[in-house]
Amino acid sequence: MTETFYDVLRRQGISRRSFLKFCSLTAASLGLGPEFAPTMAHALETKPRTPVLWLHGLECTCCSEAFIRSAHPLASDVILSMISLDYDDTIMAAAGHQAEAIVEEVVAKYKGNYLLAVEGNPPLNADGMYCIIGGKPFLDQLRFAAKDCKAIISWGSCASWGCVQAARPNPTQAVPVHKVIRDKPIIKVPGCPPIPEVMTAVVTYMATFDKIPELDRQGRPKMFYSQRIHDKCYRRPHFDAGQFVEAWDDDGARRGYCLYKMGCKGPTTYNACSTTRWMGGLSFPIQSGHGCIGCSEDGFWDNGSFYNRLSDIHQFGIESNADKVGATAAGVVGAAVAAHAAVSAIKRARQNGGNE
Amino acid sequence: MAIQTPNGFTLDTSGKRVVVDPLTRIEGHMRCEVNVDANNMITNAVSTGTMWRGLEVILKGRDPRDAWAFTQRICGVCTGTHALTSVRAVEDALKINIPENANSIRNIMQLSLQIHDHLVHFYHLHALDWVNPVHALKADPKATSELQKATSPRHPKSSPGYFRDVQNRLKKFVESGQLGPFKNGYWDNPAYLLPPEANLMAVTHYLEALDFQSQIMKTRVIFGGKDPHPNWLVGGVPCAINVHGEGAVGAINMERLNFVSSIIDQSTEFIENVYIPDIIAIGSFYKSWLYGGGISGKSVLAYGDIPDHANDYSPKNLLMPSGAVINGNLKEVHPVDLRDPTQIQEFVPHSWYTYPDEKKGLHPWDGITEPNYVLGPKTKGTRTNIQQIDESGKYSWIKAPRWKGHAMEVGPLARYVVGYASGHKEITEQINGVLKALDVPVTALFSTLGRTAARALEAQWCCHKQRYFMDKLIANIKAGDSSTANVDRWEPKTWPKDVKGVGFTEAPRGALAHWIKIKDTRIDNYQCVVPTTWNGSPRDHAGNIGAFEASLMNTKVERAEEPVEILRTIHSFDPCLACSTHVMGEDGRELAKVTVR
Repeated sequence: MTETFYDVLRRQGISRRSFLKFCSLTAASLGLGPEFAPTMAHALETKPRTPVLWLHGLECTCCSEAFIRSAHPLASDVILSMISLDYDDTIMAAAGHQAEAIVEEVVAKYKGNYLLAVEGNPPLNADGMYCIIGGKPFLDQLRFAAKDCKAIISWGSCASWGCVQAARPNPTQAVPVHKVIRDKPIIKVPGCPPIPEVMTAVVTYMATFDKIPELDRQGRPKMFYSQRIHDKCYRRPHFDAGQFVEAWDDDGARRGYCLYKMGCKGPTTYNACSTTRWMGGLSFPIQSGHGCIGCSEDGFWDNGSFYNRLSDIHQFGIESNADKVGATAAGVVGAAVAAHAAVSAIKRARQNGGNE
Repeated sequence: MAIQTPNGFTLDTSGKRVVVDPLTRIEGHMRCEVNVDANNMITNAVSTGTMWRGLEVILKGRDPRDAWAFTQRICGVCTGTHALTSVRAVEDALKINIPENANSIRNIMQLSLQIHDHLVHFYHLHALDWVNPVHALKADPKATSELQKATSPRHPKSSPGYFRDVQNRLKKFVESGQLGPFKNGYWDNPAYLLPPEANLMAVTHYLEALDFQSQIMKTRVIFGGKDPHPNWLVGGVPCAINVHGEGAVGAINMERLNFVSSIIDQSTEFIENVYIPDIIAIGSFYKSWLYGGGISGKSVLAYGDIPDHANDYSPKNLLMPSGAVINGNLKEVHPVDLRDPTQIQEFVPHSWYTYPDEKKGLHPWDGITEPNYVLGPKTKGTRTNIQQIDESGKYSWIKAPRWKGHAMEVGPLARYVVGYASGHKEITEQINGVLKALDVPVTALFSTLGRTAARALEAQWCCHKQRYFMDKLIANIKAGDSSTANVDRWEPKTWPKDVKGVGFTEAPRGALAHWIKIKDTRIDNYQCVVPTTWNGSPRDHAGNIGAFEASLMNTKVERAEEPVEILRTIHSFDPCLACSTHVMGEDGRELAKVTVR
């Protein structure tokens, strides 16, 4: 028999009242109204835990490390109570053929009903043997596990876009998951790594509503990737006022001014860092004094130095709110930002005119 | 048909071959093959790195100030240590001095990594080699409570009711039939020696550690903005300090410093009340299982780390010890020079790379790496379906680095052996304490268990050093110095035309260094030699076996088809394969593109 999430909580000594509170908190962390708490409660009360196969290709394991840093819910609750993490070579007890047997068993037993999570990506050069699992190319394992899955979660920028090993000249010809698996729904959760609470929220959302979150044209959940870092940045008023950090550790840096001139990619990066922030809302790159490097954007490694201003960068990435904005808009946004910065700089120069 | 290796091992391939692939609970991908004789003793061992990403060729031609971000992505488990190594290499090349505060903040971040990495390694990657969660179901919660109070009187979670709840949770989990990560474990293998109560206590701490570990990295979220992969800066750290004036809320202020200080206290408490007592408790049941020493009693290497004062990387200023011990002579610790072309060299005759002359090794500044995936003639299977490796040919994506020709072990045990041999006071006290608690001789250090114990002791040492640097940071700010970055050479136009540098750290897994050449403000060559390249090295030109391979030799396995003992010993090194196998040199040609069907 398989037990439901609610059963699991109850036998942990959690009261129904606490369980409902958990549901409303989780609903809130997903950006849903309180009316969704009963839906979530019902789902968690009645469903067995969904089997998950979590495969690793060419990667650095930062996505797994991010996942275990989730503050709400805790990774232990996700792994032990919400899903059944049947294969994940980073934490599983079994090894070798006993580990490989699990993939085969889950594919056969839960045909069409298991989730495939992919961290990293497959290399295509050297017949795929730049990443070997069980003596064979990782690509073989990926294709086998994808064949009968319900949906795929592409964790992080490796699985979503290619990331660092796919940066020029991409010596192993590493490719994102959607380039080799074309017949399954794919949820991209980009970032290097993604925000921990965004990762667990995506899993919780699917366990709760039994559906894939609404995705933008590039396959990212709209609830976390539809707005730019810059749109919600707490330093935005300094940008508008023309107050910029001009050099590391200058007076502006010590006052928390805008990092645009230090190369911040917040204006062209779609992610939730400036709102959700990291590890329970503690901070995010800009709050800790360094510009955003745009790590959730496709091809962010190949857009020139992280310290170049956006206005200096040609063909910056792919503008990503793809439902509304076409690929050509990137230049327009960059130019608009540059013009704005220039205007604010002039305004500031006038204000400081007497002192300079 | 036994073969003697120059580093003192007898390899015999006549017995049954056992293959473990994937070798799980590590970072990245590796394969291991061993031969076992009629008595189930391992008589030959072969370790294969099974992934390669080619990051250094990607770095060529880029801005050296960006290199930290690329190299940080070599590994997301030891996240940050490559970034720190990289900014040190660039600063060495460009002769940039960093402020004292930046040194303290970097050290706090690096020490957080060590503590986090060691804790997560032990509980979540290694513990299931010693601890049997299924046997925990047979434990008496009351007796477990007594065991807990006896081993760690200060840990508050110790009541019989608490252990009963955890046991019930575990029982229902097992009975649900959805075993998740515990599925297909080797739970009836006689290699598991703990009594049920110790199993229950350890499984409970597996869960406690999983919930606690993220706290440790919050120091890095404060200073670096996120974790994994926080932000770093050539010339200092990106976070500015402002504790007095207007706009302090936008910088490192008193609230942020208090937060870091509180995290340091909590981390110390968890390591000292849970991790250290568990190592002693579990170790006491396994202290006769002293396999796995390999070359740890013969050849160990450490570069040292944690500079007390900024910008001085000489051994006397490094709080973590440096040096090399060879031929088992603990009476002599040799100095290590990363710039000397004759000391560190990498060899490739058994690695999937090609050199013009494969009998010779190359120093990293002159490193070449051209991938060459070819299998030996005696390989069983095909090019894309390997049944059995032929170790007489090329067999790994890992190169074979050697120090003055010696295969070396690196990592916490290597650092503690070097520290012990060089009379490092704190390390010597810690080692003597644990040897006494377990009532074992100093030679017990040279084992799988010794490696696991050294890692725990080091986590504790790091906690106390975090406090030291926190106090130092506050004192320096109090003395009027809030500086965190030196921007004198930030602009590339201020740089010399042609320079080279080297940076190093002690990563959680061992000695790590990056070598960089900068020409016309761009990266001309970049090479990393990383801990798992040392430990996971294949055979070299002379036939010396590496640390992983050596550690498996002459180990008795209970059941050849269940690789508990192999996992136990390989895990004790905390392998990081994404780190070890990315190495690539100057040949940056784009390889043929493949169309996906």
